[in-house]
Amino acid sequence: MLAYLLKRFLSMLITLWLIVSITFFLMHTVPGSPFDREGRAMPATVEKNLMALYSLDKPLLVQYAAYLKSLVQFELGPSIIRHPETVNSMLARTFPVSAKLGFAALFISIIAGVSLGVVAALRHNRLIDYAATVFAVIGIAVPNFVVAPLLIKYFAVEWKLLPAATWGTWQHVVLPALALSFGPTAIIARLTRTSMLEVLTQEYIETAKAKGLHPAVIIVKHALRNSLLPVITLLGALVANVLTGSFVIEKIFAIPGMGKYFVDSIYNRDYTVIMGTTVFYSILLIVMMFVVDVVYSLIDPRIKLHKKEG
Amino acid sequence: MEKLLQVENLHVTFKTHGGEIQAVRGVSFSLDKGETLAIVGESGCGKSVTARSIMRLIPEHTGRIREGRILFEGRDLLALTEKEMRELRGSAISMIFQDAMTSLNPTISIGEQIMEGIIRHQKVSRAAAREQAVEMLHLVGIANPERRLKQYLHEFSGGMRQRIMIAIALVCRPSILIADEPTTALDVTIQAQILELFKTIQRRTGVSIIMITHDMGVVAKMANKVCVMYAGKVVEAGTVRDIFYNPQHPYTKGLLYSMPRLDDDSHEPLYSIPGTPPDLFSPPKGCAFAARCDYALEVCRHHQPEFSCIQSQHQVACWLQDPRAKHVFPLRTATGM
Repeated sequence: MLAYLLKRFLSMLITLWLIVSITFFLMHTVPGSPFDREGRAMPATVEKNLMALYSLDKPLLVQYAAYLKSLVQFELGPSIIRHPETVNSMLARTFPVSAKLGFAALFISIIAGVSLGVVAALRHNRLIDYAATVFAVIGIAVPNFVVAPLLIKYFAVEWKLLPAATWGTWQHVVLPALALSFGPTAIIARLTRTSMLEVLTQEYIETAKAKGLHPAVIIVKHALRNSLLPVITLLGALVANVLTGSFVIEKIFAIPGMGKYFVDSIYNRDYTVIMGTTVFYSILLIVMMFVVDVVYSLIDPRIKLHKKEG
Repeated sequence: MEKLLQVENLHVTFKTHGGEIQAVRGVSFSLDKGETLAIVGESGCGKSVTARSIMRLIPEHTGRIREGRILFEGRDLLALTEKEMRELRGSAISMIFQDAMTSLNPTISIGEQIMEGIIRHQKVSRAAAREQAVEMLHLVGIANPERRLKQYLHEFSGGMRQRIMIAIALVCRPSILIADEPTTALDVTIQAQILELFKTIQRRTGVSIIMITHDMGVVAKMANKVCVMYAGKVVEAGTVRDIFYNPQHPYTKGLLYSMPRLDDDSHEPLYSIPGTPPDLFSPPKGCAFAARCDYALEVCRHHQPEFSCIQSQHQVACWLQDPRAKHVFPLRTATGM
């Protein structure tokens, strides 16, 4: 087991290194620099000094080596644009906000998505199944910048139940979490439905019926567990995605989360922030993939994390 | 004497996109205590559907039992509520499916899969259920039952899996065991072992067995009585001796003739019945086998043959049994011979 973990950890590091390298060089092939401003040009000497300050005047390979060195020390560097904040402190400030919102959204989408999927599968080809399918299509097709204003219009403006925007109490979490969960709920529901329908045609379900088990027992004990396997695969990527914030939702609800920095940093060519957010997201994603594998082996005994000898 | 199980005039249909399939068209048979009945026929003849109808386990949205009665100890199973039926499933009537690999849940331990039936029907503690499960695994010939209980399906071989299926089916001491092609997925030596196991268990527990199969070898080894089914109907029924030594229906004869023989060294290709079974969306008006029958008469194509009794239990539905048929030369044969 230890050998497996070690091997796995090593491969995670290699993956991360590959992502870091590719992003680093790709980022520097994008034309422009952090100091480009539309309209007015920066005096040449000022720009030169700034470039020197952030070591941007050195050859790319030297910069790359320096970045890797600081990365090993978990030092993501200073933000070029938002001087004097460092990328580390920026992540420490914004990630908890995005994560809180993300967890709330995930919670909603898992509960709602799985229930909807199961119900649709059990009522296959009946009204509720069609309703669930229609909802799923809408959920996937309608972007959340359409959903969010609608939620604000009704829940905040017309019925005055919840705050319209900003961040603070738990009431502030509800609307953005709902808006953010809309798409994932639809995807999970669809996946659960398909997978559940497939499991329900398996012969071991027939065997369970032949034992005289109650339908509810058959569904929960024999069908649901096996049909959640593909959903868990999806969740790995989804968790990393949702926890790191959504540019759109955070913008609409004026939430001080991470999502904004992903997008802003690219426009500004804020190299350290681009690298920092990418590295952070990658680590989260890689760790989640590992977690998915562990959960898989817990649910399905046929999957062993470490191969036994012989 | 009252029969343990009596199926009378069973009709089952399935709704499909192409229309309604008449899968079972008036099947009747009976089963006594401790007896083994084999239902034989080729794929799609309705033998599995018949078996599943007894458990009331045909697909609920598409399948429908149109007509008939299934009397179990005098009670009509078709008149029971679903809840009453659940009480019987797995306790009074059990079923074994063809492929144990797909018929057992891969993510639940074998022990749990055996125990859940016991706990369900006998309302005993887990510890007591465990004890029974161990005993049952022992009975079906699995060594080390205590340790094996914790294992999962993929840790067992094909024969062992089928033994586990049998253990699950028998653990609540049912009076009827329905085995749907229980040995088809196994190789011949394992097949022989499993059939032997059925016999041992039947001697010990007195369970009645309905064996669904297309393998005449299995029939010869296991059955007391045989029903030969074709296109949703029983075409011939009798004791195993009647069927093997005195087959009357051309289809039964064809089935027997298409079995490979060890003592045959004629280098002739193995016989097979020409043609394919009829379309059950619109079954033929006359005898369903007429189109493939070497002895078909004109009457066969227009009128259903009635059952005629050859001997006490030996019945056959064929126009050739009609006294008038003896003077008619076969009109047109399927093979053109």
